[in-house]
Amino acid sequence: MLQQSELPVDANAADLVVAAFEAPDPVSSSRRSWWRMIPVAMCCLWLLLVIVGALFASRLPIQSPSAVKPIERLRGPSWKHWFGTDNLGRDLFARSVYGARVSLTVGVVSVVIGLVIGGAVGIVAGYLRGRTDEFISWVVDVLLSFPSLVLLIALVAYRGSGLTNICLALGFLGIPIYARLARAHAMTIGGEEFVLAARASGAGKLRILWREIMPNVLPTLSAYGLVSMSLAIVVEGSLSFLGLSVSVPTPSWGGLIAGGQSFIRQTPTWIILPSVVLCLTVLSLNVIGERLRRRFEVGSGG
Amino acid sequence: MNFQPLGSRPDPLLSVRDLTVEFGTKDGQTVHAVSGISFDVAMGETLGLVGESGCGKSTTSRAVMQLPPPTAGSVVFDGRELTSLSSLELRKTRTQLQMIFQDPVSSLNPRRSVEDIIAEPLATWSRGTPKERKAKVYELMEAVGLDGTVVGKRRRREFSGGQCQRISIARALALEPRMLICDEAVSALDVSVQAQILNLLQEMKQRFDLTVIFVAHDLAVVKRVSDRVAVMYLGKICEIAPADLLYAAPRHHYTAALLASIPQPDPTIRPGDVPVLSGEPPSPTDPPTGCRFRTRCPRAEDRCAAEVPELTEHSPGHLVACHFPLESSVAVDVLRRQTDADVLRL
Ligand SMILES: Nc1ncnc2c1ncn2[C@@H]1O[C@H](COP(=O)(O)OP(=O)(O)OP(=O)(O)O)[C@@H](O)[C@H]1O
Ligand code: SF4
Ligand SMILES: [Mg+2]
Repeated sequence: MLQQSELPVDANAADLVVAAFEAPDPVSSSRRSWWRMIPVAMCCLWLLLVIVGALFASRLPIQSPSAVKPIERLRGPSWKHWFGTDNLGRDLFARSVYGARVSLTVGVVSVVIGLVIGGAVGIVAGYLRGRTDEFISWVVDVLLSFPSLVLLIALVAYRGSGLTNICLALGFLGIPIYARLARAHAMTIGGEEFVLAARASGAGKLRILWREIMPNVLPTLSAYGLVSMSLAIVVEGSLSFLGLSVSVPTPSWGGLIAGGQSFIRQTPTWIILPSVVLCLTVLSLNVIGERLRRRFEVGSGG
Repeated sequence: MNFQPLGSRPDPLLSVRDLTVEFGTKDGQTVHAVSGISFDVAMGETLGLVGESGCGKSTTSRAVMQLPPPTAGSVVFDGRELTSLSSLELRKTRTQLQMIFQDPVSSLNPRRSVEDIIAEPLATWSRGTPKERKAKVYELMEAVGLDGTVVGKRRRREFSGGQCQRISIARALALEPRMLICDEAVSALDVSVQAQILNLLQEMKQRFDLTVIFVAHDLAVVKRVSDRVAVMYLGKICEIAPADLLYAAPRHHYTAALLASIPQPDPTIRPGDVPVLSGEPPSPTDPPTGCRFRTRCPRAEDRCAAEVPELTEHSPGHLVACHFPLESSVAVDVLRRQTDADVLRL
């Protein structure tokens, strides 16, 4: 049902993590004991930390991310500089916290764009079927047949880099994927008797799409949205690394990691610590998204 | 199209004539799910519709609702030809004609509260203010035996099958329809719960002055609630008669066989007295010529393969589609034994 094979998400690691904590036999999964929830709880806690950091970075008692202090350049982690400093003496911890802003913005905005547009188009196609579906599916197939990384680089090269364009480009790439997912779900749900009951009581197509189909498709889409948010963050990181994302003075996780590569001998922590932050965030999104997805799949049965 | 009343019913609320529903399959065949059936349902009456699984009962009910519209034929409800209404007119008319489905669970949206589900038809048509709607929902829930203040906010997974069916009934009654089509409304429920829901339906019928089509494959259940019963076989109606008459004196060989297959507590009826159904019904993609029952009928002759038997009135109110219907005397004989059986059962 889910078009998992289409997804370029590197979900294997997350799958393994989730599987590792899932009960080995289905019987005991119904009475999942509290300690099995620890990994998920930790992921939630981590995400909360990152979100709070990104939202309130300027009010937190941390160093300035842009204060240049050449004397303290290329330091390792210390009490003063938790993540050490870069080649201009800027505090890498502060830069990582501010970097969360870029990464989260890209993740959230691109997912919202893809989810709203793709989801809307998908449920329309899946519920109405017929010509509408044929046309939408054709467009979706065409969009999916482009190699997405090439498309992305082309879009950025054409529209210029910068936060807005990265968000738009990533959001656009997500549209066909969400559309497929939503279409498949809407088709299943469209066949259920409660939809027939709504039609029998005289509800029009729009009302059925909005009140009956959408609420049943949205949870699954959102769960997938969390997983693909992590993908967007990774892609933004890669683009930063290639110098195709946000301009240099604004810190972003990918940009931080890219900046550290020339100094990997002197201060390996410059690359390692922001990478750990990025990985943990991606992992958390995957674990939570995956857990939610499973829950909704089971939950929709009864 | 002829509009003579069928079965001498003067004032039908619903008249179905030559209703045909066909589906195309992927490999290019045609499923003849319903093939030219006609019946009337009089105001205030309960018409039972029985037949084996796959004979087209659900398809018929849905075609009456125009969900989807039939391939051919006419459905006249309250003087309006439904098959030719504009889509808005049709949506409006449907509010008078509500349906209850076989699967009590899947007919409720899992992501909406019960309150919301029952209010939905009212909200669709903007009947009353939200507050009035809420009052009406509570009233309906009370009518079907649920306490809105306690369970109103719950979702379907927190209810049993019987409770879900109560909720469906409340929703179907929200728009104050004139006709209720119950498609196997109790088949999925436990026997004890079945009885409760049947009683509830009877009660609602009285209270809201409903005309009912009651679809089921269980003859005993149908007998309990119906004024008249129509028997379907492979997309055709074989026999329509008042319930007592049909059960006591079936004239179609299929009806007789169906009745014989009900376990009888009466030891005087020996097996073999009445033919028992054997084998599977043929496929609706390639129904037999002539009478569709001929492949399993003990009385079948050449004429049955050549000519389609028309549904004709053999005695007042008793319509049969058979070239060689069972004799009335046989019927009376069955009647006698049945009454004995009923007496015994009491
Ligand atoms: N949408 C469809 N497409 C193709 N064939 C269909 C469709 N709906 C029903 N049929 C076929 O039409 C025939 C009648 O089906 P229907 O559901 O009306 O039977 P039923 O009498 O309600 O059976 P049951 O007691 O199992 O509910 C069956 O052979 C069925 O396979
Ligand atoms: S028409 Fe012929 S085959 Fe059909 S029920 Fe009557 S006797 Fe049997
Ligand atoms: Mg059915």
